[in-house]
Amino acid sequence: MSSNAVHSEPNESQIADGVAPILELGGITKKFPGVVALSDVSLRLYPGQVTALIGENGAGKSTIVKILTGIYQPDSGDMKLNGTIVRFPTAHHASDAGVTAIHQETVLFDELSVAENIFIGHAPKTRTGLIDLAEMNRRAQELLTGIDAEIDPTVKLRELGIANKHLVAIARALSIDARIVIMDEPTAALSHKEIQELYELVGQLRDQGKAILFISHKFDEIFQIADRYTVFRDGQFVGEGHIADVDENALVQMMVGRSVDQIFPHRETHQGEEILRVSDYCHPTEFEDISFTLRKGEILGFYGLVGAGRSEFMQSLFGITRPSKGVVRIEGEIAAIDSPARAVAAGIVYVPEDRGKQGTIIGLPIFENITLPSLDRTSKRGFIRLAEEFSLARTYAERLDLRAASLDQDVGNLSGGNQQKVVIAKWLATRPRVIILDEPTKGIDIGSKAAVHEFMAELAAQGLAVIMVSSEIPEILGMSDRVIVMREGRIVAEVENEQLTPESLVRHAAGIAESVH
Amino acid sequence: MSITATNRSIPDRLGSPAQRYLKSWESLLLLVAVFVFLLNSLASPYFLDAWNLSDATFNFTEKAMIAFAMALLIISGEIDLSVASIIALASTAMGAAIQFGAGTPEIVAIGLSVGLICGAFNGALVTGLGLPSIVVTIGTMSLFRGISYIVLGDKAYTGYPASFSFFGQGYVWWVISFELVLFFVLAIIYGVVLHKTNFGRAVFAIGNNPVGAMFSGIRVARVKFILFLSTGLMASVAAICLTSRLGSTRPSIAVGWELEVVTMVVLGGVNILGGSGSIPGVVIAAFVMGLVTFGLGLLNVPGIVMSIVIGMLLIGVIALPRMWQQFAEKRSA
Amino acid sequence: MTLLLKSREAVLFGAIIALIVVISTRFPAFVAPSNLANAFNDTAPLIILALGQMAVILTRCIDLSVAANLALTGMVVAMLNTAAPWLPAPAIIMIAIGLGAVMGSINGFFVWKMRIPPIVVTLGTMTIFRGVIFLISGGEWINAHEMGENFKAFPRAIVLGLPVMSWIAIAIVALFYLLITRTPVGRAFFAVGGNPDAAVYTGINVGRTQFIAFLLSGMLAGLTGYLWVARYAVAYVDIAAGFELEVVAACVIGGISIAGGIGSVGGAVLGAVFLGVIKNALPVVNISPFWQLAISGSAIIIAVAFNAQTQRSKGRVILKKAEHAT
Repeated sequence: MSSNAVHSEPNESQIADGVAPILELGGITKKFPGVVALSDVSLRLYPGQVTALIGENGAGKSTIVKILTGIYQPDSGDMKLNGTIVRFPTAHHASDAGVTAIHQETVLFDELSVAENIFIGHAPKTRTGLIDLAEMNRRAQELLTGIDAEIDPTVKLRELGIANKHLVAIARALSIDARIVIMDEPTAALSHKEIQELYELVGQLRDQGKAILFISHKFDEIFQIADRYTVFRDGQFVGEGHIADVDENALVQMMVGRSVDQIFPHRETHQGEEILRVSDYCHPTEFEDISFTLRKGEILGFYGLVGAGRSEFMQSLFGITRPSKGVVRIEGEIAAIDSPARAVAAGIVYVPEDRGKQGTIIGLPIFENITLPSLDRTSKRGFIRLAEEFSLARTYAERLDLRAASLDQDVGNLSGGNQQKVVIAKWLATRPRVIILDEPTKGIDIGSKAAVHEFMAELAAQGLAVIMVSSEIPEILGMSDRVIVMREGRIVAEVENEQLTPESLVRHAAGIAESVH
Repeated sequence: MSITATNRSIPDRLGSPAQRYLKSWESLLLLVAVFVFLLNSLASPYFLDAWNLSDATFNFTEKAMIAFAMALLIISGEIDLSVASIIALASTAMGAAIQFGAGTPEIVAIGLSVGLICGAFNGALVTGLGLPSIVVTIGTMSLFRGISYIVLGDKAYTGYPASFSFFGQGYVWWVISFELVLFFVLAIIYGVVLHKTNFGRAVFAIGNNPVGAMFSGIRVARVKFILFLSTGLMASVAAICLTSRLGSTRPSIAVGWELEVVTMVVLGGVNILGGSGSIPGVVIAAFVMGLVTFGLGLLNVPGIVMSIVIGMLLIGVIALPRMWQQFAEKRSA
Repeated sequence: MTLLLKSREAVLFGAIIALIVVISTRFPAFVAPSNLANAFNDTAPLIILALGQMAVILTRCIDLSVAANLALTGMVVAMLNTAAPWLPAPAIIMIAIGLGAVMGSINGFFVWKMRIPPIVVTLGTMTIFRGVIFLISGGEWINAHEMGENFKAFPRAIVLGLPVMSWIAIAIVALFYLLITRTPVGRAFFAVGGNPDAAVYTGINVGRTQFIAFLLSGMLAGLTGYLWVARYAVAYVDIAAGFELEVVAACVIGGISIAGGIGSVGGAVLGAVFLGVIKNALPVVNISPFWQLAISGSAIIIAVAFNAQTQRSKGRVILKKAEHAT
């Protein structure tokens, strides 16, 4: 089944424990407009070993996965497969070279059968040139049995749960005889039992000599499953080594230890009276029992792992989805929020994480984006007054130090950071009472980041209540007065800033007991 | 544009207004219209006759009324293929009303109500149940006209009151027909609504990014529902004019109009995928289509050849700029 | 719920059987084999075109030009027959398929290479093809007496109790079933429509796959063009006008999602048969055929609402306790 890695003549630097890396990336740099996603990073994967890639959001993990699978081309640096320099100009090339990725959102086809999903692109054929269904199903069954998956290869993929879809993706990886398997947060949506099964499977793949790149936020699983680790931070390589040689604290240090080189605005907290009180907010599948209060002038951080239900809760608070239970009070008054329009009217606004889809309206000019929720104020009896609009847009664009050629430029032509400023300007123009910022600095450049942080502090100082959802520990530590940690849809901790440490945050979010010290 | 702020860090706009107008789709289309007009006047001595030209406007006025409403609907990212069937149903209802002795005001009221009901039905299916508008309106297209067939079969309603004939045959002044005046009035109303009101802004926002529009506090479903209502209403206005002009109702009335209306909208520069477009563009497109039909008619070229021209225009106007772009990219590469 | 999903075709099949049973209790003549065979033969063009349309819709496109393609091909082969009566039926068929293929690839080219929305392309080619019929025929009809006997006789010839036209439809259903279920390109239709981004990951060329779908739809429309003209023994500009919508309706009723990626050969065939049964049953049960349009319209709306309910996607599941509930 598995093809053992062909050993070329390794030079000394490549040798670890007598095994040469099957894939070696060196000096990889990838830039996007306004952002350096990867800067001179290296990564080594060894046959028969699981390498955990560790890093915060924005560390560059997904970019390196896209380079490995041929979706992105690096600006510089090289990739060596068994010591030979290779390039993956398309996804096809990567897959031919034996690299396959199992993604967070399993990318397969619901309407095709399990066997077809496994074999799409390389199905066995009969002599007449038709797909050999019997043979395909038989081989699919073999592969599935090989990984202890009790899945009927003839059913449509849509009938499977997420865990079984993962198994199908793994079977597909095996079917193309992949030598390098990338697993991008494979356990994010799995139950405990399913995770254990997945671990066993990863062990099997390792024993077959495959090189596995395992991307995860969860330290317990990294220690359980990985042989080696590599840490990225802010698009840079921080370190690598044997997992046996480190402990959690060391990894957390490497992962978050950047707090020194990022300067957050100095803030004096002068909190006013309570403005928002959320009680017992529940949703059938996404979150439950969310209760907290928020004061004027306060910045309340929401920390958690990706998929902890923070964004889902915030969007419910903003009226996108309906809660099954729960009450929101604004200045003591119950607010019935069943749509974003109602939320805005009640003074709650939301800067979403998915800027391109939910934040900006690409195709409309900057000023129209900014004034969109405030048209009632700039217009007269429903008729647009451009002069008023430009002046309102200008006020906020300048306050946020927006960099643009003109106000009627398409917002889609701005850098990520400036797009984010437009979204924030849009909401400030409505004069809100509570502003929710969901990953406000995700994927934006350092300069814009600082501007956003400074502005957040200024808003709080002016008495606005701020909720900041962030997965970046320095940001949470640097900006929040108080932090709520969520895990699996529930609040697991609420901590004042003075008592916060990066380590405690990570522990709460990942559900690691304190005794690990 | 009179903004008093000094020391602007960012200009409101780049480039002069004149430059923007010159580069616009509408000016290109206007050029085409002028060209067709000149060609027609050279080709046929009968073209430059006030009454002939006036007659020619009937080629497009009724369709254009629907096209205005359809333009807004398409800009918002939806489509209504049932408009011609709404004409049939509204016309049938009006014809039936006569059998019960209805007068002109009642006939008009019934016609408009049918249009609104049909529009509300489409709108409810699309916004309420979240169904794709293209399929829903293919369905209602059969359903609405189907009801006309059930009512009328192979018969026809005639005997509309004399006063009813004004809508399709009346003249306001000299050669200026009532329909032409209505066309311009509706063009102005729709132009103002789309380009000068908050509602119009919401339509553009929804068309560019419905999720983003919802996240910006716009009531997306409500706006779309209103647009379906307006399209139904305009179809019934067209039904009144057309029925009045023909003086009779058959269930096959206005067959195929939905495609001509959509063509007019796309030719007018409205993006079929939503998000951009203008009413002036649709107005000029209406004139272009009317002039081409009329000119070819004068030259005794049958109307169907016109459809080839329209079909090519439809594809060509989108394909040519893209071909040019691809060509330019290849050369620079 | 999953049972319903599995049996989308079964529900439709049941509806058709129920319809036939209800009709036959009061009008036994309807279920006479000859009448059923006749009804099937009448429905053959719709079945063939629905299969081509299905391929197109699976890839997130739509082909509104099929009826115009059919009419143009029909006119060309009819004229060819008057000019060269010696051409045998198989040659005519090959020409018809080839002509249809050319028209299909025109659509496919604009969608693939120019990235123009399919609805615009086919709306345009639909009017162009109709116009071309007028140009080449001068608006004249070609009537039965101008067509050669062989030309007309071929689709009507009875083989094993069924006309050749019915057999052709059956053969195409079988071929299409193999194509859709047993060839890489057939599976690619689903991949492209279901998840275009992932399709690229697996090395599928999305535009090329859409082109092939349009090509198939065009070929089938061309073939149907000959069958139609020969069967009804007349060719003129407006034959099969508006038929493209009936074809789309058959697909929608058959459970093919207009959003792409979902559908089956069985569904498309049953959707067409459903419309065919209604069309043929109306005169039998003494309901005016004028009801047909409204009935098929209602069927489309009900079908699309039904499909939307069963295909509604579920939200993300974060809470542990909710994990096994769904």
